[in-house]
Amino acid sequence: MSDKDVDQVTGVETTGHEWDGIKELNNPLPRWWLWTFYGSIIFSIGYTIAFPAWPMISSATTGVLGYSSRADLHADVAAARAAQGGMLEAVTTTPVADIVKDDGLARFARAGGESLYKVYCSQCHGTGATGSVGYPNLNDDEWIWGGTIDQVYATIAHGARSPTDQDTHFNDMPAFGTDGMLTAEDIDRVAKQVASLSGMEGGEATPEGEQLFADNCAGCHAEDGAGMVDVGAPSLNDKVWLYEGTLAALREQIALPRHGVMPAWGARLGDAAVKQLAVYVHGLGGGQ
Amino acid sequence: MHYLPWIIVLGGGAFFALVLSGLGQDAAFSAHWGIIAVVLGLGAIILMRRPEPAAVAAPVSRSDAPTYIDGPIRAGSILTVFWGCVGFLVGLVIALQLAWPDLNLEPWFNFGRMRPLHTSAVVFAFGGTALITTSFYVVQRTCRAPMISENLAWFVFWGYQLFIVMAATGYLLGITQSREYAEPEWYVDLWLTIVWVAYLILFLGTLIKRKEPHIYVANWFYLAFIVTIALLHVVNNLAMPVSLLGSKSYSLFSGVQDALTQWWYGHNAVGFFLTAGFLGMMYYFMPKQAERPVYSYRLSIIHFWALIFLYIWAGPHHLHYTALPDWAQTLGMVFSIMLWMPSWGGMINGLMTLRGAWDKVRTDPIIRMMVIAIAFYGMSTFEGPVMSIKSVNGLSHYTDWTIGHVHSGALGWVGMISFAAVYFMVPRLWGRRQLYSPRMVNWHFWLATTGIVIYAAVMWVSGIMQGLMWREYDDQGFLVYSFAETVAALHPYYIARAFGGLLYLAGGLVMAFNIWMTIRGRVRDERPIPTTALQPAE
Repeated sequence: MSDKDVDQVTGVETTGHEWDGIKELNNPLPRWWLWTFYGSIIFSIGYTIAFPAWPMISSATTGVLGYSSRADLHADVAAARAAQGGMLEAVTTTPVADIVKDDGLARFARAGGESLYKVYCSQCHGTGATGSVGYPNLNDDEWIWGGTIDQVYATIAHGARSPTDQDTHFNDMPAFGTDGMLTAEDIDRVAKQVASLSGMEGGEATPEGEQLFADNCAGCHAEDGAGMVDVGAPSLNDKVWLYEGTLAALREQIALPRHGVMPAWGARLGDAAVKQLAVYVHGLGGGQ
Repeated sequence: MHYLPWIIVLGGGAFFALVLSGLGQDAAFSAHWGIIAVVLGLGAIILMRRPEPAAVAAPVSRSDAPTYIDGPIRAGSILTVFWGCVGFLVGLVIALQLAWPDLNLEPWFNFGRMRPLHTSAVVFAFGGTALITTSFYVVQRTCRAPMISENLAWFVFWGYQLFIVMAATGYLLGITQSREYAEPEWYVDLWLTIVWVAYLILFLGTLIKRKEPHIYVANWFYLAFIVTIALLHVVNNLAMPVSLLGSKSYSLFSGVQDALTQWWYGHNAVGFFLTAGFLGMMYYFMPKQAERPVYSYRLSIIHFWALIFLYIWAGPHHLHYTALPDWAQTLGMVFSIMLWMPSWGGMINGLMTLRGAWDKVRTDPIIRMMVIAIAFYGMSTFEGPVMSIKSVNGLSHYTDWTIGHVHSGALGWVGMISFAAVYFMVPRLWGRRQLYSPRMVNWHFWLATTGIVIYAAVMWVSGIMQGLMWREYDDQGFLVYSFAETVAALHPYYIARAFGGLLYLAGGLVMAFNIWMTIRGRVRDERPIPTTALQPAE
């Protein structure tokens, strides 16, 4: 281009080229842009000197600050442990029955237990530990496998019918209906008998029902239906029911009982975590 | 028999697909190829029923302006709008699914399958069609030369659309290689590779045959986009199929190398697809619509090369605090920080091009759309480097903040600049004097802008809240919230986000109507937007 092409509006020279009517001004790079760009490059060079960055033949430069994300994590964890003032170690070494007697330790364990409960337990037992059909409520004082701190601890550590734990709670209520042990009429009679123990609607105590109960149920659930913690037989004489308190649900449960499973948490979470969970659950209101 | 070769190719393809469907080793593969056979067969039938174009003599050119190949551009303008609305709609559905999980309809329409459908519909169907369409438009006009082959242009165009259909139907059938933004399985990847190489040949060939002495800056960006996407696509999708008749493959990489390859791809899909490609679009349509020269040639050179060089290294910032070695994390972060100014070079060149034409922001809704696009581009290319800083990333990573960041870029930058380009091209491509309704462009502008602002603001709040809840400890040193509690806390934000998306979709539908009526040659009876400049205060 021999003649300089100048944009009339800005008075800036163009590059002299034109594409489909588009021209380009020959403005210089904005200074602030250039200096900020240089600044970001200088910062980056400095940062790569301070931190691990430059790949060499067998490893990378480690940086003058000696930073590593792994060491950083370990330091954070150690600092968090130290801030707990040895409480976790005390929980580890103290028997769970003694933890509840020590106000400081119990407070610590309850906080830890709550945090663990939300992650591992709330799915089945509910965020408020109120349970749901098939999953026991942990707020009341009815306990299938016992409500002392040691019993709660054992249940959490070993679970119920856990296939992975030798010491898991185990029992096996017979399937009176599907195994042909009782006729449908007898099941109906004994269901009404059981329902009468807690004053459930439709309950009816009969001599036949009483006899059937004594022959088939009392061995585990006790003569008065109070249940037996040692064999995990729930009480039948109150209004707390694992599978709905209706006559139909009772008949169903006698004919073909459901056998709920709870994982053994001891092997997964470790003893200290199980202790914290036991203290938390025991302290929800129903601990004995 | 103009269409005969195409009918044979489509019919042969349909037969081949049907054979693969019959021989398939798994049900998904068979179903997928069955769908492909139907699509190709329908294509053949449509062409058979189409009247042959009348054999006309070469048009007598009265000026020296060459005759451009505009057929694929016209089709592409329509499909850009169509895919945009599809992508926004699926986005709205998955936003509602997050707020109300009952909306997950198993198995085809659950979140896991709909989410890649949304991202691919927006990025590859809407964004990709917009890029291919505008690149065809821009390269011919800035080279003052038609594309080298009309058949090749149609092949690239419809081949890419077939890729979109294959990808989308595959997702709904549950076929995925589980690589974010690269979900299509090996055979779909192979097809895209063929189409992409054809695209590169077409674009490069047209550049080589150009009548202008120099290559315009928009074409540098389009070419960088085409070349780099080819490289990224091939490397990230290196995989071994379990069977040549099955839908499953395994990546060539494993462990952290696999993760790094994926994020090298993922980040540069953002860099070269959603940034470089759309900068090419901006560099043509902004000065054309504003009727002003580009602000600085020198800035365009420096920021182009700086952007191209720096972007490709920034991927590791997606893997902060993972098994990726510390040195690679550091490099990912510093390259991202150095990328800030090169990204902003495009923003400066775009906005400063308006020098001497700022009054058009008030009078021209298309310019207004471009300005908001560039503003969101500037905002998200600043937010990106900030989020790549390790300590910021420690809070932001895995939270909704990232989702908000992506959407400022996708809705604000990519969406708005594409809408503006479509509004620019359509009246010219169909020889219309004006759009059906400039006022409806204005409605679209406000619906979309309000939608983005709600979306981004809500995601900032929910993302930061989420990050803070995850790291909240009580005075005894225990985590305060379980993950489920943090999810429950997000519910109101998810509803608000869906509302933002609804506004954006509504804007898209307004555009679809406006474009359709423009193509039909209608002009809406409306009060014109005043163009007289206000008197400046003394």
